Amino acid sequence: MIKTIYSKGKLAAKTGNEVMAEAMRQIEPDVVAAYPITPATEIVQIFSQFVADGKVKTEFVAVESEHSAMSATLAATAAGARAMTGTSSQGLCYMWEMLNIAAGLRLPVVLAEVNRAISAPINIHGDQSDTMGARDTGWIQIYSENSQEAYDNMIQAVRIAEAAKLPTLITTDGFIISHCMEVVELYPDEDVKKFVGQYKPDRYLLDVDRPVTLGSIELQDFYFEHRWQLAQAMRDSKKIISEVAEDFEKTFGRKYDFYEKYKLDDAEIAIVVIGSTAGTAKVAVDALREKGVKAGLLKIRVYRPFPAELIAKDLAKIKAFAVLDRADSCSGTFAPLYTDVVAALYAAGVSAPKAINYVYGLGGREISVAHLTQVYDTLSKIASGDAQASTNLEYINVRL
Amino acid sequence: MVAKMIEIRWHGRGGQGAKTAALLFAQAAMATGKYIQAFPEYGPERMGAPVQAFNRISDDPITIHSGVTNPGYVVILDPTLIETVNVTDGVSKDGKVIVNTSFSADEIAKQLGIDKSQVCVVNASQIAQETIGRNIPNTPMLGALVKVIGNLDIGGVLEDTKSKLSVKFAKKPEVIEGNLSSIKRAYDEVKVS
Repeated sequence: MIKTIYSKGKLAAKTGNEVMAEAMRQIEPDVVAAYPITPATEIVQIFSQFVADGKVKTEFVAVESEHSAMSATLAATAAGARAMTGTSSQGLCYMWEMLNIAAGLRLPVVLAEVNRAISAPINIHGDQSDTMGARDTGWIQIYSENSQEAYDNMIQAVRIAEAAKLPTLITTDGFIISHCMEVVELYPDEDVKKFVGQYKPDRYLLDVDRPVTLGSIELQDFYFEHRWQLAQAMRDSKKIISEVAEDFEKTFGRKYDFYEKYKLDDAEIAIVVIGSTAGTAKVAVDALREKGVKAGLLKIRVYRPFPAELIAKDLAKIKAFAVLDRADSCSGTFAPLYTDVVAALYAAGVSAPKAINYVYGLGGREISVAHLTQVYDTLSKIASGDAQASTNLEYINVRL
Repeated sequence: MVAKMIEIRWHGRGGQGAKTAALLFAQAAMATGKYIQAFPEYGPERMGAPVQAFNRISDDPITIHSGVTNPGYVVILDPTLIETVNVTDGVSKDGKVIVNTSFSADEIAKQLGIDKSQVCVVNASQIAQETIGRNIPNTPMLGALVKVIGNLDIGGVLEDTKSKLSVKFAKKPEVIEGNLSSIKRAYDEVKVS
């Protein structure tokens, strides 16, 4: 029987896009500027209906491109408003220039992002190439396994962004979550509003009593210091993310961390993955556990800032693990998540576990329990010494 | 795979409401206390082109997010799809195929090349015509599916569908009544082998 966790929670059947729009309605930002793109269109479409119906007092700006969407959103934030937008794939690419500016100006923009493949070839389906491409822009990146997490992450994002003075994006996997109806627990409007609180910027452009300059030129004299401050803000945001998650758990009862450990504590083999595939991997882990195989899972929720020290600790005693990337860096070596994980282990002096990197699911290509079970089987062989870990980037379910 | 989980695949043509049926069915199942998933197959969307939609129903939280490849139940809104789409793909020997047709289970079983015991037939198009006044077989097929699955409460399904349709068709109460009686009739009339 389905049940709620929060005493005042209400269960609803909603898609990822619907709950992201619902969170935005409850947050009721001052400004939303957006341009539609599949599969994120519904988020701002549903939200614009809330505006039209008078359910929110938000100023909705229908802009002519994603570049303008991000420009208008960050400008509104600079002026002192709480502002949000939503996009996907090519839309995020088109925002690229302004993503960096939002971070560099330390503006707490919140972006609902639906992960979709990058052109060419044109593909509307889910992979994480878009946000992985933006991983070095100075944005906090939080990924969701399902609609419930997308809703909860959106509510936390506003506070994280404003406390860290860093733009923050929340993702769902395109179509797999954005268009999948699931059971979601929603919280009362007033409780969400109370949790999110009022936006009180320290400095903002429309504060005429305390004028401030934004977007000035800084050459050899000050640029480096400001970029260091940006990087430091990302490091410092870990504490903020933890505190917001703690308060969220205290308020609504759901526990969130930088990553979820699923049967990892006593595991000998593990998969490290981001997003909806973690849910499918849990089914594989459960079946293997029934057979006595010590399989576990590490699901990344917060990718930027990257929780390197914690991950190194949790993977140190694993015999063999696989990092599954739903994006290919085309780097000539490995994919983004693997590179981060392995660097984390090396920096912590951990070198015992064997590791493999797989790329999977590009353009929405199927990733099934059977595919993931096969990865665990390979890891078992490596752990027992019956096989060597591949030193190349491997691929799942692709015709080569 | 969790044994208790039910997986369903809907076959229809663009415009026939396969996706809507999957969404309505999921909401109705949730109203009876189940965890649910409903998702369509997204491709180029054209009126009349073959489309699919999927459901998962379970007593436990559903974490799997891959496609449905071995459905326990297949619902076919348009019988002409039998000739062009492999509608029994991945269906095991104890799976059920529910077809909107005027033909008998015997005839459909022969056409599908599966055992008669796996085939359930109901003339949903005729029921829709007589209750709603239009050939929209998706809501009656919902009733047929509830009957074939067996352990879902039809009263709860009707109640939830009524509340959903009441919002959508507030100004057209006759549409709500027609849809509800179509579900009830298909529930009663589907021939389960």
